[in-house]
Amino acid sequence: MEPAISMEASSTDPVISARDVRVWYGTTRGAIRAVDGVSFDIAPGETLGLVGESGCGKSTLGRGLMGLLPPGAKRDGEVWFDGKDVLSMRPKDAYRLRGVELGMIFQEPLTRLNPLLRISDHFEETIKQHDPGLSKDEIKQRALDALRQMGIPPTRYRSYPHEFSGGMRQRLMIALALVLKPAFIVADEPTTALDVLVEAQIVQILNDLRRNFRTSLLLITHNVGIVAEACDRVAVMYAGRIVEQGRVADVFENPQHPYTRELLRSTISLRTTGLNFIPGSPPDLVDPPDGCRFHPRCPEAMAVCATKNPINIERPTGGRVECWLVGPQEEIPEGGTRPLKQEELAVADEA
Amino acid sequence: MTGSRSGSLPRYILQRVLLVIPMIWVILTLVFIVLRVAPGDPVSAALGGKLNDEALDQRRTALGFNDPLIQQYWDYLSSVVRLDFGTTFSDNQKVLEVVRDNGGATLSLTLAAFVIALLLGIPLGLVAGRYRDTVPDVVIRVFGILTYAAPIFFVGFLLQAYVAKPLGLPTSGAAGVETVFYMERDGLNKTHVLLFDVFLSGNSYYIEDVLKHLLLPALTLGLLICGVFIRLVRVNILQTMQSDYVEAAEARGISTSKVTRRHAFRNALVPVITVIGLQFALLLGGAVLTESTFNWPGLGQRLVEYINDRDYVAVQGIVTVFAIAVVLISLLVDIVNALIDPRVRY
Repeated sequence: MEPAISMEASSTDPVISARDVRVWYGTTRGAIRAVDGVSFDIAPGETLGLVGESGCGKSTLGRGLMGLLPPGAKRDGEVWFDGKDVLSMRPKDAYRLRGVELGMIFQEPLTRLNPLLRISDHFEETIKQHDPGLSKDEIKQRALDALRQMGIPPTRYRSYPHEFSGGMRQRLMIALALVLKPAFIVADEPTTALDVLVEAQIVQILNDLRRNFRTSLLLITHNVGIVAEACDRVAVMYAGRIVEQGRVADVFENPQHPYTRELLRSTISLRTTGLNFIPGSPPDLVDPPDGCRFHPRCPEAMAVCATKNPINIERPTGGRVECWLVGPQEEIPEGGTRPLKQEELAVADEA
Repeated sequence: MTGSRSGSLPRYILQRVLLVIPMIWVILTLVFIVLRVAPGDPVSAALGGKLNDEALDQRRTALGFNDPLIQQYWDYLSSVVRLDFGTTFSDNQKVLEVVRDNGGATLSLTLAAFVIALLLGIPLGLVAGRYRDTVPDVVIRVFGILTYAAPIFFVGFLLQAYVAKPLGLPTSGAAGVETVFYMERDGLNKTHVLLFDVFLSGNSYYIEDVLKHLLLPALTLGLLICGVFIRLVRVNILQTMQSDYVEAAEARGISTSKVTRRHAFRNALVPVITVIGLQFALLLGGAVLTESTFNWPGLGQRLVEYINDRDYVAVQGIVTVFAIAVVLISLLVDIVNALIDPRVRY
């Protein structure tokens, strides 16, 4: 498969590039291919939004990059960071990258801090792990700096996690990730558990990140609005594959893939007059449908979609997409463009 | 959310200590009611058939059993407040003296059993939880179930039959005859707890003798509780190892050994401490059986004797002492818990 390289982002080398990354979970029914051949690049200071429905492999991809997969999960492919392939490193060396080079912010800030340890303990432990030579004062200074950037007063340094609100705890988690100044951060639905005002605040903080530290960010979310606000580029994920990626404005104004279009239409805004949703649910990843994985739910499915995997090609305005509607025409077999009938879809659904 | 944030520990401890008073009052009341509701009375139970009705009634009046219940209740409470638990019926001893003379043996037995259970149970539980579904885990789990399920007297007999002989360990009593005799003659029993007294005396012969006597009974009782600890620690480790904060610590690159120690093990022990307090009641119950099996001169064995003699005053006194001990232990557990877990203090 041809790698999806974004040429438009910037001329500098990407901080992280994923090539044909796969992650699968072994179950008694067979392997669940949660991430199935995903490629992307993220430039320094760039934010890539990863959107998609629940269960399409977004979080698994984020964890796969960090090496935080549960036992029984396997990964494959290449993740290039700083000239080295993280996935083929010795586990010990890959572990050493965590925190200091690759950071992670999680979805549930309420349960991510150890309730028995003070905030100061969390910071001291984290900084000491990566900078054993620092004195106690230097550690404290760095921790307080990180807290101040997140708007948390130094007087709260010795407090316990339960003494903070949800939004503050998420800012603590961000501060804990930032204190090591990692080059790349995976933010897995960082605002999902928070109310809208706090959400706006966190989005603002993430926005400032890339400006102030040139931190690259993979922002996993199901909220298209956040992508529009906080991301440079967007990757739309469906059933373990990135079906479309490109600059946010391009993709949102001119979606090429029907799934992207349906996802955007399903977003609720002030202009929304009726609720739109995509019928059906994401496919079974143990035995995904043949051809394009979206074809059973696709309003514009053609005969070719049910038989042949779509080819990853460049979008007309930059970025990549994989959908037979976009092409390449010469690869579509004869008669392949006739619309897939509803009965055929129903049969496919039954099976 | 003001200044008293993490500093409210002293206030919490004070509250908790004050709470002991109503708890003990409830226990005393319960003991009182249970003994009055039980059919018959101590006098006719002890002397019925030996004296005529008039004489029995005279004794009842003398002992206050004919007073109105509320009067008896008041007398009982006010004497307990003065630490007067009454005089036993069958052998005319002060209950407090019975407790003093025999409580020490029970104390050293339960203490030693507790230490054995902790030393065995917590490390085994940690290993089983950390290396889940491996051979050590399976072996430890089976061991835990067996020790918890096996009856005390059975384990006691097994140890007496197969361990005591080859190792030359005594199987009966808390100390050899000489030790008891000379300790008493030389006035060395200062604390009335033989275990402490021999250490205070500094005489290695006495110390060895007492420890040898202690080993098998303490092991018997300790194994029972250790099974509970193993399962409890294991389950909690499994939970904390999968907790969100452990994953978050791993994501920050904290080394695996530190994550296991500081985040998983430490947090897993919090619920264990709470249950340890509850297990203390089981320990006292087990002590009664262990003492009978090993002819241990403790409070449990005296309790069995007094129950056989239908000596209600003695039973009431000893049960009250046991209950108060459980209350005090749970106070201690709560304070330790508050020291470890900041969330408890609110």
